[in-house]
Parts: sequence; structure tokens; C-alpha cells
Amino acid sequence: MRALRRVLLAAALTAAGMGSAMADITVGAVLSLTGPAASLGIPEQKTLDLLPKEIGGQKIRYVVLDDRSDPTEAVKDAKQLIESDKVSAIIGASVTPSALAMLDVVGAAKVPTITLASGYNIAFPVSGNREWIFMPVQTTALMAQATSQYMASQGVRKVGFIGFDNALGEDWWKNFSAEAHAAKIHVVASERFAPNATSVTGQVLHILASKPDAVLIAASGTPAVLPEKTLRQIGFKGRIYQTHGVANPDFLRVCGSTCDGTVLSLSPGIVAAQLSDDTEIKQSAMRFAQTYEKAYGPNSLNQFSTAAWDAGLFLEYAIPKALKTASPEDLSAFRLALRQAMVGIHNFPGSQGVYNMSATNHNGLDSRAVAIAEIRAGQWKLLKYPN
Amino acid sequence: MTFDIALYLGQNGVTLAAIYALLAFALVLVFAVTRVIFIPQGEIMTFAALSLVAMRAGHPPLLAWLLVGLGVVAWLQDATVILRTGQSRRLLRAGIVYLAPPLFLLAVVYSQPLSSLAYPLQIAITLAMCAVFGPLLYRVVYAPAAQASVLTLLLLSVALHIALNSLGLLLFGPEGSQLPAFTDGSFQLGGMPVALQTLWIIGSSLALLAVLFLFFRFSLYGKALRATAVNRTGAQLMGISPAFAGGAAFLLAGVVGAWSGILIATTTVIDYEAGFVIGLKGFVAAIIGGLASYPGAAAGALLVGLTESFASFWASAYKDVIVFLLIIPVLLWRSMASGPHDEEES
Repeated sequence: MRALRRVLLAAALTAAGMGSAMADITVGAVLSLTGPAASLGIPEQKTLDLLPKEIGGQKIRYVVLDDRSDPTEAVKDAKQLIESDKVSAIIGASVTPSALAMLDVVGAAKVPTITLASGYNIAFPVSGNREWIFMPVQTTALMAQATSQYMASQGVRKVGFIGFDNALGEDWWKNFSAEAHAAKIHVVASERFAPNATSVTGQVLHILASKPDAVLIAASGTPAVLPEKTLRQIGFKGRIYQTHGVANPDFLRVCGSTCDGTVLSLSPGIVAAQLSDDTEIKQSAMRFAQTYEKAYGPNSLNQFSTAAWDAGLFLEYAIPKALKTASPEDLSAFRLALRQAMVGIHNFPGSQGVYNMSATNHNGLDSRAVAIAEIRAGQWKLLKYPN
Repeated sequence: MTFDIALYLGQNGVTLAAIYALLAFALVLVFAVTRVIFIPQGEIMTFAALSLVAMRAGHPPLLAWLLVGLGVVAWLQDATVILRTGQSRRLLRAGIVYLAPPLFLLAVVYSQPLSSLAYPLQIAITLAMCAVFGPLLYRVVYAPAAQASVLTLLLLSVALHIALNSLGLLLFGPEGSQLPAFTDGSFQLGGMPVALQTLWIIGSSLALLAVLFLFFRFSLYGKALRATAVNRTGAQLMGISPAFAGGAAFLLAGVVGAWSGILIATTTVIDYEAGFVIGLKGFVAAIIGGLASYPGAAAGALLVGLTESFASFWASAYKDVIVFLLIIPVLLWRSMASGPHDEEES
């Protein structure tokens, strides 16, 4: 009996040894592949499929778990990745509530985590658990600032606002109302609608009653089409602004010609081919755009993939650096080395901006991460970059 | 608020009400005949709308495969009973009943040049699929528990809703879509533009409800369904099979749900999980009618539609809260009016 057990133990150890020889570094991901945020998680997963399988001579194994757009699941996923998959780093979560919920788990285990969600509180201020968080995503404040400054430059004095009746809408309202005030634009109406609303006629009438020059729709994905179509049906003639939440091909497909002339701030990676050759990010953005379009067809670029791609770039940069000071066998030392390598990211062009990390800023993006674009004949047409 | 705005909101509210009325009708019908609170009504809507979107893009809707799968399960369920009694000829008949319609529809969607078919024909295929979908759901999920309590049937509905919701993501993907209006254009009515599609929605809902009224009032099948709703045991003694009545109720619910799904997808963007909240609003309308009265449900739908429309003007952030709050005074009033009664009525 004892002999048998010893044989089994030996077999198990061999298997474990082989396992680690085949996959030296494990990267976990927590994405919303199902549930309300699936339209974010699915393109992010598609991007992870394109990331290098070998970095610095080490095989990389990716483990992607679905949090079903549910923060509780995200926490469970993060625990599983840390405890049973022994990951060196985590990518995710897709949405702010999940990312915030994971903070305690990844912070306690000291695992460097690259979030794909845009909530300011996920990565700021850099202290405690947040020392382990990196955020290759434009903050809402950055985008709202670019949008309101562009509005002001176009002579907009009065703007109407309609946003989702959830965290995303509130976040935009908070940032946009402040930035608009700074740009001396008067916000004359503020309305909310549910992502699955059947009608926004009431909200739109309320906005139009205050006679705005322009309207900003702060929503994400295809539901953002409804206010735009309703505004045009009721006869609004002014300019309509959207946010980068709609920067995916499905929005263009559903909105069709109604959205011609709509302006939005988005990730410059989506309009990589139109960036001028002397911008810092031209090359890195083109590399993303060409790889992604080769895999998923022309006009498939979207906001969520650019963030996931840059998460991959962080790892490509940090893993070879970390390997110099720590071995992936010593998991906690390697995680710390990865974190330190990422804090050292400086003047680093990604697919959607130039990153400058510091001890107090793990986001590191500036106005070079925002492009202003217009929708013309179902395509993104670059208006202004750098912003 | 000016008169113009009130007119707009009224028009919008009535349009919504027409769609909620169809949903409420289906919910009341299914509940009266089978005691099932049919939460997955919302999924039938989205499946219909998104199948039609897929067809218009030239892709065979994967719903057809789901129907074949349900048909196989239904047949196996019957087979276990039939084999015990040893009547193999009935096995073949059950096979034809459950598998022939799904296989026929599968053949249709894979053999026809879907995107170049006329819009009405595409709609007809979608309605046919949902006409098969409803009864198969009843056979597979509810019929085996037909004698169970209302609570058990409700839990089955919740389970089915979650299962269909996940299947919806698998079959149609995460992104929303919209259908084109049946007829483009608008005309002026009292200084307000009215889209022709609005007339389609209100007109077709009224027509469908009228046809169903005539069906229940004058046709033998309609009377059989009504008899089952009034007294299940009594109807059974008169030779009306409860399984048949259940299947028929779900067939109607499938077609009516599909039609309301198509209508709503012409006015808004529908994704795989949009149906639930819309279905719930139909449910609020049905509750206002006491889950028993069709005119009551229609009045409830009008109340829900108008409340929603006007609430979205005054307090858009609380629109859904206001609509769902309607249910509390109605329930209070109903329970006071009807006095105490048993937990379980069956």
C-alpha cells in the first residue's frame, strides 16, 4: 500500500514537473464573457488570443475565466487563478464593479493586475492594494475633457446630456459636468436611460425643450443608438456627441446612416491607419491594428481590444526585465519583479497612447491617448490627434 | 410641459402600450390555462427579433437547431412512457409530431436564400419558428410537472428564463440589433409627425387582439381553451386534454410573443437579454388585470405605457422604478377587494 502510494506520488510529481516545464509563466484573465458586459469581454478575449505565447524565452500560458459580469464571480475567479493556477499576473476585470471587487484579493496576494475597466478608483490613489494595479485605459476624466474642449472649439455654448442610469452614466455625468463647466459650456439638461430601454422619447423631448446646440450621449455599445435615432426622428439638427463606449463595429452597423456626423473621443488605436506618421504611437498602433484586422477582418477594431492589447504589451515589456532579477519558480519574488518592471514603464508607446508610469500614477496616459473622430459613411474618420 | 410635448408622450405611451398589451395577453392566457407564470416570454421576444435580424443578414437562425434539439428531447420524454406500455406505433407518431415541424423549418432556413426573401416572408418564417418553439417548451419543461403547485411551475419558469438567457448569448452573441420599419415615412397629425411604423404597431396589435377575441368567443378550440381556464378538471371530463390545451396556449404565446418582439425591435435596439425587463412590464400590466382578465390586462398595458412615457420626461432616472411601483397599490387594492384566500389556488 505504501509502495503504491509512493509510486503515485512520484507520478504526480513528474506530471507536475512536466506541467511547469511546458508552461513556465501563467497569466490569468478575468473577463466578462457572458452577462450584460459580454460585448466588452468577448473582444478582450479575442485580443488575448493574439498575445505572444512566448516572451523572453519562456512559454506563456493564458487562463481566461468568465466573471459573468458579476463582481462576486470576479472575486472567486481571481482567487482560483491565484491559488490553483499560480498565476504570475492577472489581466482584468472587464468592468469597474468587478475590478473594484478584486482589489482586496489581488492586493493581499501581491499579484500584479492589469485592469481593463476605466473606473478612476480602481487605480487611484496608488497605495495599499492599488500598488499592484495597472490601468491601460483612458480615465473618464481624460475623455470628458477632450470631448468638452472639442465642443468649445466648435462653438457649442449649451449642451444636453443623456447617459445610462448606471455607474457608467454617473461617472460620465460627474466628469463631463465638471469639464464642461471648465470649458465654459452650459449643461442645460441631464437625462438618464436604461441600457435596455424601449423608448427614450420623454428624455429626448425634455432635452430639446432646453434648446441645446449639441447633445452628448454617455452610453456604451448598441444601446447608445436609441437616443441618437430618437433625437433625429424628433428633429434635432445640432451635433450629436458619443463616447468611446460606442467605439465598436456593431454600433456602426446598428446605427447606420443616422450616425453620420456624430463626433466622439476614442482610442487612437482604432484609427491607427489615419494617424500621421510622425506621431509617437503610429508604429505601435499600426502593429495592433494590422494584427487584429488580420485575425478578425477589416473594420473589426474596437475600444476594448486596444486596452487588452496594451495589457499584453505591458507583459511583453515587463517579463524579460523581471526574469533578470527573479525566477518564475519563486512566484512571490517574480510577481514583485513584474510589478517593479511595470512601474518603470516610461515613454512607452502602446496601441492607444504613450505610457509614463510613476510611483503615484499606474495609468500613465495623457492627451496623446485621445483622438477625436467623426462617423462618416459607417467609418471612423479622424478629426484631431494629438488632442 | 407644452401641449405638443404631451401629444408626443401620449403617442409614445400608446405605442409602448400596444406592445405590452400583447405580452400581457400571452401571460394571462398561459396562466389561465396552465397556471404557469411564463417569465421566459421575454426570451421568446428576443429570440424572434434576433432570428429575424440573422435572417436579414443572410445567416440561418440558430434557433432552428434549438427547436430540433427540443424536439428530440420531447420525443425521448414520450418514448420513455410509450416503451413502458409497449406500443411502438405510437413511438413513430410521437416522432413525427415532435420532429417533423422543427426539421421542416431547419430545411427551410438552410435551403432558402434568406437575405433576398421578402420581409413579410422572413417574418412568417420567424413566427412559424416561434409557433413551434412555444409548444415544445411546454412539452419539455412544463408538461412533466403539469400537476405541480404554482410555486413549482414558477421556479421552472425562472430556471427556463436563465437557461434561455444564456442560450441567447450563445446563439445570437452579445451585441444588440435593430429591425427596419415595415414602412418608412411619417405623416402630420395635429402638427405632430407620426411615423407609419407607429400605425403598424398600434394597428397590428389591435387587429391581433381582435382576432384572438373572435377565436376565443366563437371557435371550438378557443372555447376549449376557455373551458380549461375556467375549470381544468371539468374540461378534462368533457374530453379536453389538458396537455393539448397547454400546448395550444403556448403556441399562441409563442406567436404573440414573437410578433411583439419583432414590433419592439423596429423601435429600439434589442440584444439577447433585453426581453426580460420588457416582459416584466407586460407582467405588471397583466397583474393590474389580476392575471385573469384580458380587458383588464389591456387597460393595465395602457397605464404602464403612458406612465413609462411621462415618467421618462419628468424623472428619467427613476422611470423603471415608477413603472414597477405601480404594482404595489394595485396588489394592495386587489387583496383588500378580494379578501383573504388560500396561499395555493389550484
